[in-house]
Amino acid sequence: MQSTSHAFKDNAHGALADERLQKALGKMKVGFQDKRTRAVARLPEFDTLRDQSRDIKNHVLEHLDLYLERFEANVIANGGKVHWCRTPGEARDAIVEICRSVDARIVTKGKSMIAEEIELNDHLEKNGLEPVETDLGEYIIQLRKEAPSHIIAPAVHLNKEDVAESFMKAHDKLDPNRSLEEPRALVNEAREMLRQKFLAADVGITGANFLIAETGSTVIVTNEGNGDLTQTLPKIHIVLASLEKIVPTLEDATTILRVLARSATGQEFSSYTTFSTGPRRPGDLDGPEQFHVVLLDNGRTAMLGTEFQEMLRCIRCGACMNHCPVYGAVGGHAYGWVYPGPMGSVLTPGLIGVQEAGHLPNASTFCGKCESVCPMRIPLPKMMRHWREREYEKKMSPQAFRNGLGIWAWFAKRPDMYRLGSRIAMGVLGMLGRRKGKFRSLPLAGGWTDWRDMPAPEGKTFHQLWAERQQGKASTGAATTASSSSDRKAA
Amino acid sequence: MENKTKTPRVGLFVTCLVDLFRPTVGFAAVKLLEAAGCTVEVPASQTCCGQPAYNSGDRADTKDIARAVIKAFEEFDYVVAPSGSCAGMIKEHYGELFADEPEWAQRAAHLKHRTYELISFLVDVLGIEAVDAEYTGTITYHDSCSGLRELGVKQQPRTLLRSVGGLTLTELPGAEVCCGFGGTFCIKYPEISNKMVGEKTIDIARTGADTLLAGDMGCLLNMAGKLKREGSDIKVRHVAEILADMTRDVPPIGDTRGA
Ligand code: SF4
Repeated sequence: MQSTSHAFKDNAHGALADERLQKALGKMKVGFQDKRTRAVARLPEFDTLRDQSRDIKNHVLEHLDLYLERFEANVIANGGKVHWCRTPGEARDAIVEICRSVDARIVTKGKSMIAEEIELNDHLEKNGLEPVETDLGEYIIQLRKEAPSHIIAPAVHLNKEDVAESFMKAHDKLDPNRSLEEPRALVNEAREMLRQKFLAADVGITGANFLIAETGSTVIVTNEGNGDLTQTLPKIHIVLASLEKIVPTLEDATTILRVLARSATGQEFSSYTTFSTGPRRPGDLDGPEQFHVVLLDNGRTAMLGTEFQEMLRCIRCGACMNHCPVYGAVGGHAYGWVYPGPMGSVLTPGLIGVQEAGHLPNASTFCGKCESVCPMRIPLPKMMRHWREREYEKKMSPQAFRNGLGIWAWFAKRPDMYRLGSRIAMGVLGMLGRRKGKFRSLPLAGGWTDWRDMPAPEGKTFHQLWAERQQGKASTGAATTASSSSDRKAA
Repeated sequence: MENKTKTPRVGLFVTCLVDLFRPTVGFAAVKLLEAAGCTVEVPASQTCCGQPAYNSGDRADTKDIARAVIKAFEEFDYVVAPSGSCAGMIKEHYGELFADEPEWAQRAAHLKHRTYELISFLVDVLGIEAVDAEYTGTITYHDSCSGLRELGVKQQPRTLLRSVGGLTLTELPGAEVCCGFGGTFCIKYPEISNKMVGEKTIDIARTGADTLLAGDMGCLLNMAGKLKREGSDIKVRHVAEILADMTRDVPPIGDTRGA
């Protein structure tokens, strides 16, 4: 998708003013957070599993080539094929070529963020194919021609009224007076529309939560079972995955699965965990005739060996965004590209460049909540800071900000000058603010005072008062004497 | 500290916001530490812990500032700051800054093990369980992010607050959610910051408390600024002011003396 990450501030401005979006975000936060908290509380070994999961992926990232080759060998042994793709373009071409080989018309798709990353739907349409999203959330945003706003809940920015509106418009052959008030009615209607597509599809594309080296299997987890129908009914199953999804063994996958659903939706396990190992074998009751794995790099191997390597442990559970107060304020679209929230703020600059996505790692208070819930223990704030360092080195931050920082740092390194400067400044501010206790506006501080008052300083600085106290002439109250009883309600 | 032979010598890291905006908090820290049997000194060469530079990606200046802090404080038994954020910077981040300078890395590690946030120092290190203070009112408490998540400051302030005469503590829903200050964040993304602090003040008002406390001046200035802009009469103070029984010395943050 075309990035608007550079316009993050404008995007955020729009999002904050969008009442419908704000309503949807309000609901989302509570739901996800409470469910995760309860799920984690029920599993005493959760933190141990996090450590194990982190270690599994760290090991994989140290031996990525080895496990990928083993994976490919096993896919081939099972009768499938692996397509190595460095760029989105190569991945798109590989997929279109496979579709062409069977004169495909309809392509059903399970949820795949990589498909978003390579703008697959647009490309399929341009090549005369009809992509049909089968995950309910993806289906909804496909109808609305929107991008997902969350990596596991693509339509989380919508309320059910928004969805009903879209269905009324899109499913125009149905009774216009039908009731779509209940979520159940929406689900049933989507199912009905999708059933025909499932049966007519020539190719099914799914993502993958894991690629398993020892067996050449791919794994997806879903809650709707749409993935199963997408991959078993058509003649061809294409798995589209980025290469860091690899784990050595089935055992490793199940370890990580135990933290995945709990972190994502607060479930113990997702409703469906589907393993695919090659095409249909003689005697199998169902399954595709061809099995392809399109493996995408798109900048990931370039992150290996850098301060961003740990980001490649991410299992796309979404916990970091579910708990992020900035995501909670502006929603996923504001981030302007495929991956929102804290994980996006680290990954996006890596994939599309820090020039385009420079705002994202800056738009964080470093509150640390994301890292505290990340099942893979990814130090997200630290890596956002590393992006800021790169931006600072490249002199990308606004000049005025850099100047301000420079002046501050100059003083901070010279205690005597700092003392003098702060004494004068606080003396003046303290005097000006004494009557009201706060400022409604201050020159050079519009970012603050446009929205909140600036509490007035007491007047003298601590160091000034401390020096006075040390010299035995502390008479000004704050330090040693309780001078008045002003603990009444202040004006 | 009866069981220790030596009086702990504490270097007070005042923090820039306390120095500039709220010296009373510094004196409250001194009072609490002295009452707990420490001798307190305030090295004159301190300015800031370096966070503004660090979080803006300016590593070179951060290192210079960190070196100055290390030099100023490494001789003390303990370094104590009335802020989880600044204590967290010294404790959790200086080491990484000097990853490729062994001598400084060692000095940073030495400092790390003796640096504490004020309230957790009183409770966890000195074993203080009660203070001699009075405060008539219902307070609610916001857990500032760095103190909470980097240093595990959570129960310590509540333990001490329970010993304050006349004080009722009512918990703040979402007490652990960031208030939107975030250092330079609130200046760079003021609209988002405003949304976050706006949600915080709604939660604060819902508690019915008449006083809001926290342990970090940045968050306090942010929340007090928003409450005052909204016309709220909720009083805002640093937790140390209450614990040191110094609320009669200065009006609450953003308020004037008396009314
Ligand atoms: S960064 Fe962590 S919390 Fe966020 S999506 Fe990835 S694994 Fe989940």
